[in-house]
Parts: sequence; C-alpha cells; structure tokens
Amino acid sequence: MKMKVENLSVARGGVPVLEGLNFTLAPGQVLILRGPNGSGKTTLLRTLAGLQPPIAGAISADPENITYGAHADGLKATLTVEENLTFWASVHGIDTIAPAVEGFNLSGLTHRPSANLSAGQKRRLGLARLLVTGRPIWLLDEPTVSLDVASVGLFADAVRAHVAGGGAALIATHIDLGIDADTLDIGPFRADPKRGRDVQHRDGYADFDEAFL
Amino acid sequence: MIALLIRDMRLAMRAGGGFGLGLAFFLIVSTLVPFGVGPEAAILSRIAPGILWVGALLACLLSLDRIFQLDFEDGSLDLLATAPIPMEGTVAIKALAHWLVTGLPLTLAAPAFGALMNLQSPGHFWIFVTLLIGTPALSMIGAFGAALTVGLKRGGLLLSLLVLPLYIPTLIFGAEAATRGTAGLSALTPLLMMAGITAGSIALLPFAAAAALRINLR
Repeated sequence: MKMKVENLSVARGGVPVLEGLNFTLAPGQVLILRGPNGSGKTTLLRTLAGLQPPIAGAISADPENITYGAHADGLKATLTVEENLTFWASVHGIDTIAPAVEGFNLSGLTHRPSANLSAGQKRRLGLARLLVTGRPIWLLDEPTVSLDVASVGLFADAVRAHVAGGGAALIATHIDLGIDADTLDIGPFRADPKRGRDVQHRDGYADFDEAFL
Repeated sequence: MIALLIRDMRLAMRAGGGFGLGLAFFLIVSTLVPFGVGPEAAILSRIAPGILWVGALLACLLSLDRIFQLDFEDGSLDLLATAPIPMEGTVAIKALAHWLVTGLPLTLAAPAFGALMNLQSPGHFWIFVTLLIGTPALSMIGAFGAALTVGLKRGGLLLSLLVLPLYIPTLIFGAEAATRGTAGLSALTPLLMMAGITAGSIALLPFAAAAALRINLR
C-alpha cells in the first residue's frame, strides 16, 4: 500500500502552514518527519490521516489503510489496559491483543486501570494500539514522548517488524530512533501565512467551516 | 459498533461515569415539587405529567456534554474518526448509549416517581409510554448539540441554549399526550406527532452531527 503525496498544501485554523509538498511512502519504508516546533508536522499528519481536508494537492491513500497515533493516546482512565486494547482491536476487527501486549511489555499490567499507569506506561499502551489496528500505514506524532530508553527500543522493534511485514510508517520525531529510515524535512515547504486561502480552492464546506474557525 | 456501545456503557457504569446522575436529579425534582406546590392532591395529580416530563428533560440535558467531550479531550474521538466505523454510526451508537444510561432509566423510574405527585391511574401507563417514545429524540437531539459544541471548553451553557429550543416540540407533544392520556382523553394525535419527531431525529441527526464533528476535529 503506497502513499503518494502530490503538491499538498495544508492549513491550520484557516492559515496555510505547508505548501507544495511532494513525497512517496512505499511499503517497507520508514520516513522520519523533521521540522522545528510549530512547523506543521501535526497538521500534515492530521491531513494525511483524513481528519482535515488539504487546501490543495492530492493524497493517494485510502484513509482506511492509515492509522494515526496522536499526542493524546485515546485511553479511558477507568478501563483496564486489556479493556482499552480489546476495544480498539474489536473496532478494527482484530481478534487478539496478545502480540500488542507482548510487543510493548504490558503483560504485567493488563488488569490495571489505565488511570493508575505512569506516563510512559500510558504511552506504551497508546502505541500498542497501533498493533491492533491491522492497518499498513502508521502516521505517528512524536511517539517517543515520555518513553525511557528501553521503551524506545521496544517501539523501534515494533516499527521494524511492521515495515518488515510490508507496512510503512511516517514518524514525526526529534530523536534518533535507530531505525533505518529516510528523512523528510518540511522546513523548505513552509507556506506564507499572510497570503491566506486561495480563492479557487474554496469548496462547498468553506463558508460553513468559517463559522467554526 | 457493538464494541463501542459496550465501551460507552461500561464507562458510564464505572466510577465517575455519570450513570445515575440524571436519575438522581429526576428523583430530586419529583420529590421537591410537592413541597413547593403544596399538598393539595388534586393540583398535584393535574400537573404531575407535565412536571415529570420537564424533570425528565432536564435530567437528560444534564449529561449531554459528556457524549463527545470526554472522547474529544483524551484523543479517542480522533481515533474513532479514523476507525472503520463511519462517523454517523459513531454518533448513533453514542446517542443510543446515552439513551440506555439516561433516557431508559428515567422512563422506567417515572411511573414510580409519579406516585410522589399523586399521579392517577392510567397516568403511570401514559407517562411510561410517552417517555419511552420521546426520550430517544432527547438523546439524539442532544448528541447533535454536543457534536456542535464539542471543541469548546465549558461548552455546557452554549449546549443548553442550543438544545433547549429543539427540545420544546418533544416536550409539548410528550406532556400533552401524557396529560390527555391521564385524563382519559384520546392521546393519539400528540403521541403520533412526538413519534414523528423521534423518528425524524434518529433518521436525520446522525448525519448532521457527524458533519459537525468532522468540522470540529479539523
């Protein structure tokens, strides 16, 4: 499942942040997204995940093949580790959570409510969710925040196993994961925020949207 | 979708989930009204259907902002939006879960609480039937309002202002049907009007709410 991005422009809150972005993400490839804070990494990932429409350009990937790992882990504090994972597994039609539990070293924690986990353990649980989605393209937004060195190692192993199985990953991160990867620096694609949204790209939603901006 | 329903029910039942909040509020209203209005049985039994309906409606309103807000805050809503379940399905399931933990208990409790206001037979039957038909509309309309206000911090006030006018037709027809039924008159017309509102809400509002959610997630 290849993702090809052509001439993509993305906006946050109606202000363009990136434009003219071209890249491909092939099966078996890891692409590291680099850029300073506020450069539009999260906006780009959310656009690619289908959570917001691009203001220009095309993304040749079905959102059904993409899973998005955000800053927030999407965990329910009153549910146990097992219940959280089982929920996401059954939403995605996956039968077993065992590989995800093993892969992120959560075996001893399965019956603990996620409210009682440490920040790093929560993050590991959030990342374990990726393994129960069964989707080939991972879009990850700073996945290693609050992970210790050993857990970053577990995460790198999970990414390696994922791409070895034909998956792909686009990871926004500031650290070196020790994975064989290509780098995409989004610095040169920064949009001019003063220019605003092009008139010809206004779609039917645009006016409706503005009520919410 | 079943998994989402089970999760939402489980979350509601766990500590801090809000199950029982609406029911407790409803009980408080039903208990306090006789003290406020006075003990004349005739007056109480005349206003009982309307008071029960208003109480149920306000109890329903109390927990609306939880439908999407908690999922929005912890990031689950983003993940649900990218999950294989269509957004319309997510909205419908969440409204159903809200009804199961709020509307349905209110419906079941209302005939019993009616006793506190000297509700006369066959009023128990009519309050049960009208709430059973009407409360799904309250949950669905509420889910739509919650979807519109999901990104707002402390959006509860705006949510109430948005949703209350939309609740008024359901309230008028529901209370009218219950009052007429209790008085032994034909309640068919308001009952059918209310059923129409419920059916229309369930058919249309998931799409509107899903569109509002998609925009709020951008």
